[in-house]
Amino acid sequence: MAINPIENTAKQLVLTVQEYSLFASRAVMNIFRPPRYWPDFLIQSDIIGFGSATIVLLSGFFTGGVLALQSAATLSEFGAAAVTGRFVSITMIRELGPVLTGIMVSGRNASSMASELGSMVVTEQIDAMRALGVDPMRKLVTPRLFACIIMLFFLTILADAFGIVGGAFVTVFMNHQNGTQYFSMAWEHLRYPDIIQGLMKPLFSGFIIASIGCFYGMRTSGGTEGVGRSTIQAVVTASVLIIFVDFLVTQILLTLLPPI
Amino acid sequence: MSETSTSPQPGADPARPATVRGPSRDAAPVVAFHNVSIAFDGPPVLQDVTFSIAPGETRVLLGPAGVGKSVLLKLVNGLLRPDQGSIQLFGQEISTMPEEQLFPLRTRTGMVFQEGALFDSLTVRDNVAYQLVSERVPDDEINRRVHEALRFVELDETFALFPQSLSGGMRRRVAIARALIHQPEFLLYDSPTGGLDPVTSTTIIELIVKQRDVYRTPSILVTHRLQDAFTLCTHYFDIETNTMVPLPDGYPNPNTTFLMLEEGRLIFDGSLHNLIHSQNPFVREFLL
Repeated sequence: MAINPIENTAKQLVLTVQEYSLFASRAVMNIFRPPRYWPDFLIQSDIIGFGSATIVLLSGFFTGGVLALQSAATLSEFGAAAVTGRFVSITMIRELGPVLTGIMVSGRNASSMASELGSMVVTEQIDAMRALGVDPMRKLVTPRLFACIIMLFFLTILADAFGIVGGAFVTVFMNHQNGTQYFSMAWEHLRYPDIIQGLMKPLFSGFIIASIGCFYGMRTSGGTEGVGRSTIQAVVTASVLIIFVDFLVTQILLTLLPPI
Repeated sequence: MSETSTSPQPGADPARPATVRGPSRDAAPVVAFHNVSIAFDGPPVLQDVTFSIAPGETRVLLGPAGVGKSVLLKLVNGLLRPDQGSIQLFGQEISTMPEEQLFPLRTRTGMVFQEGALFDSLTVRDNVAYQLVSERVPDDEINRRVHEALRFVELDETFALFPQSLSGGMRRRVAIARALIHQPEFLLYDSPTGGLDPVTSTTIIELIVKQRDVYRTPSILVTHRLQDAFTLCTHYFDIETNTMVPLPDGYPNPNTTFLMLEEGRLIFDGSLHNLIHSQNPFVREFLL
């Protein structure tokens, strides 16, 4: 029957969502009960936060620069090139900073989490950990989850700041406009709802990156080929989910906190 | 039907070393399987498996590759859950026990995995001390006990090395040290000599014999290598000479008995004497 593969795929999808929900809820709840592995949390914060800082800063800087280039060309047609600063800062803070940071960190860390944990699964290191009486969810997953959420929050702030600086660089040195005007436009038109929206999103993205990376890593099967498969699935799923959740969060926050 | 034996070993040997004693059959078993079955998206891997391990007893689980030996071992300490049947570890039913409650129970066991399963990002010291570190034992105490465990497997010089710089045999010995450091009440060995040369295999078996005879830790050893199984059964560890020496002919170690699996079913449970004289065609073919 042709319907069988569709039915099986649908069942598999529902099962995966169920397993992921249970996995993610366990990872979150572990923070409320000992043992807590603070050294692992600090190590992961260093790997995710400090390790991703360079790519986040560079991508933020050049995105801000491109925004300034593109917007100045369009805005100048209406004689509004002076509002480039406002355009760049609001776009970076509300949308591009959180989403780009999420996707960059996803490419770097969701893949590393999936491949690291996947390798541990296929070499029986996860089973060895369980046999030694240590819960891999508490030791490996929970520290990565909270480190990723917290670090993505700060990385997004950095990306926003460097995006605005990148826009200023283009505005001043390439478009030959006034830098003070750029920064005053960027600052004066910024409202609290914009900042709240921009800083809420990385919390969701951080959760998605770590939970998806660890989830696919921990359910790896099929040897080294399986590790590669898990890594690809983790990056693809995390990237798509980041953009999808960004859409949902934007819609909800625009309803709750409409722009002034 | 499985072929089982509860008959005693051939007559007691006056020449048998003092370290060799029979298992305590009257005491509660350390591990008890009752009609255990498990399957993974296909035909059953294990079907209606029933056996027990008495205190002080060493069970050698034999069978060709792919009959479910490693799966059975992972069921013993709850790393896998059976689809049917009951598994008792230290008198507690673990087949339905929540994972959280299994962790403290597992700390009372030690497991040696097929390829060692050492944590490759940690040094030998941190690998061996893993359980102690998670229990926040002071560093001085950890170092003393790690040195002690590494001396037991004669690898004290590897203390600061990473697993990548060790040979396959050395990794297994470090894995044994990791399993022993917490002084487990029960040991699980998953093909500890698989893929090793005969000399290294004998070194590993000597360590297992040493643990059996010196510390009298009950254990289950999975292997498909008959020579390892027979060495285990026909030798004892002499503490005075610190070497493994053969037992007199015809008087194997009464603590060491055999289980054999065929396509997920337990077809033999008994002593070396019964194994050698088994009429089961599969057992006979396996022994040839």
